[in-house]
Amino acid sequence: MNLLETFRVAFEAIMSNKVRSGLTMLGVIIGVMAVILLVSIGEGAQVYITKELTGLGTNLLIITPGKTSTRGGFHPPSAGTARKLTYDDSLALRRRAWLLTDAVPLVFGTGKIKYQNMGRDMMIIGTTPEFQRVRNLFVGTGNYLSQGDVDSKSKVIVLGTKVKEELFGAENPLGKVVTLSDARYRVIGVMQKKGTSLGMDIDDIVYVPVTSGQELFDTDALFEIIASTPRSEDVDRAIAQIKDILIRRHAHKEDFTIQTQGAMLSTMNTILSVLTAVLGGIAGISLLVGGIGIMNIMLVSVRERTREIGIRKALGARNKDIMAQFMIEAITLSGAGGVIGILLGVGLALLIPLFVTVLPTSVSAWSIIMAFTFSAAVGVFFGVYPARKAALQDPIHALRYE
Amino acid sequence: MIELSNITKIYRMGNVDITVLSNVSLSVRKGELIAVMGPSGSGKSTLMNMIGCLDRPTSGTYRFEDREISSMTDDELASIRNVKIGFVFQTFNLLPRFSALKNVELPLVYSGVPARLRAERAMPLLRQVGLSDRMYHKPTELSGGQQQRVAIARALANHPPLLLADEPTGNLDSRSGVEILNILTGLNEQGVTIMIVTHDKDVAARCKRTINLKDGRIINDRVNA
Repeated sequence: MNLLETFRVAFEAIMSNKVRSGLTMLGVIIGVMAVILLVSIGEGAQVYITKELTGLGTNLLIITPGKTSTRGGFHPPSAGTARKLTYDDSLALRRRAWLLTDAVPLVFGTGKIKYQNMGRDMMIIGTTPEFQRVRNLFVGTGNYLSQGDVDSKSKVIVLGTKVKEELFGAENPLGKVVTLSDARYRVIGVMQKKGTSLGMDIDDIVYVPVTSGQELFDTDALFEIIASTPRSEDVDRAIAQIKDILIRRHAHKEDFTIQTQGAMLSTMNTILSVLTAVLGGIAGISLLVGGIGIMNIMLVSVRERTREIGIRKALGARNKDIMAQFMIEAITLSGAGGVIGILLGVGLALLIPLFVTVLPTSVSAWSIIMAFTFSAAVGVFFGVYPARKAALQDPIHALRYE
Repeated sequence: MIELSNITKIYRMGNVDITVLSNVSLSVRKGELIAVMGPSGSGKSTLMNMIGCLDRPTSGTYRFEDREISSMTDDELASIRNVKIGFVFQTFNLLPRFSALKNVELPLVYSGVPARLRAERAMPLLRQVGLSDRMYHKPTELSGGQQQRVAIARALANHPPLLLADEPTGNLDSRSGVEILNILTGLNEQGVTIMIVTHDKDVAARCKRTINLKDGRIINDRVNA
């Protein structure tokens, strides 16, 4: 009995019971679809994060107070620390670390912003003019903060577009005075529209000079310093330079942490890879359940066709012919389910971003290949037992079976 | 052609051994037409299964065309059933999903005849049993007699030298039964060795030799006058 013939027989058997075959396949379809869908969501997140992080500007070095670890990882901005990072630290870096193009001091927090009778809580960033350059966020109308504003602790504020819309509507905000946590600030500019990045609404932020921000939050410390170096080859030397300068200023203690963008990226990617694997694994369980469905239905099918098995054996079918017949039936069920599942999974993965913008997806070839191989393997694995049961039937008993 | 010597078959049912055949010796020459008779439980079917290579004896030797059967593998037995032996059952045992033609082609599938040649070989057999106009009918669309004729055509697909019929007329009305019997005796005249298990004395009367079984033993083996 050749392979083509076996396939034909299997196909006829599957078609002779369409509803049952369809429902059995559905288990595999859903399993494969779930694997592809969840893996592509995980991978989409990875692609998205990579794009967003590299889009922040190149070769950024984030200096945070407190010594936590030598590389990578996330740290709360103000971990308990002996000595804080100060505005003077950032000035020292700017003056003496010649490998750095910028060393931008940063404080952030929330505060209530009010204009006339409208007001709400808001993310406030205190920084210097170079912030625009290192973060690729530029002012749209009016002016950004100037060095003069920083030096003189001016009460000036630059609004994100969303804040401007909500407080002023169509009105021109330039020169207007808003109240920020009981202090009066003059609006000097509005940022360009930017949208959301990494779950944060960039347009929903206001900027004040770092010195004014420190006063606002009643602190003399910085939350971080963003430094940048023009060439990626210089990152290691730039780190050494920063350490050299800051350690000398901090009583010869390395009480700060420098994170590179590359390290952050690889940390994020590690987390997301694990997440993707976990999602894929959970979906894999449903594929496994689909496989059990196939085994179940194949066992029923073997029992139902006991007499057919007896007849075929009496007419000269060898055990391996019967085995092949039922194996191919199981593999056809799971394989066809796999193909349909792939089509649905890929289709949904491509459709989702059109309707749910926060859920980027990325369909990779390996997830398709893996899902298909896995579903075929499920057919083999769960087909063997019923097929063996069929093949080893005693022909006499099988012929008498009612 | 067939040599059974001291064949014993014992089935184990729980803790009880049931001897179905005991010390049966029998030889069948080429071209014989034999009726096997006996009351229910006398071991007729077991004997036929043994001769048909569907079952193995507990002890004793069975030689088919001078080859020892009891030492053969399952695959070798399957091949003998496929090429050397044709089965006709009381309940026809056709595959309900297949047409008459496909049913007749089934043994050819397992003897490796290419798909395009199978119909060519199956059609003359269906014509021979008088079903040239019923080839594409499913078994459920055929009468009992017609179904049994399909079964005979199927049994003959690989032109086996031996045909085993287990009560072939048992489920048929007398007219269909006579037709089936005519086909079988006709085949015998063409040289096919045939063994028929039957309760029917009229069937036995048309055979050349009658073997009577009782309690797993041959009690009478005579050539009909």
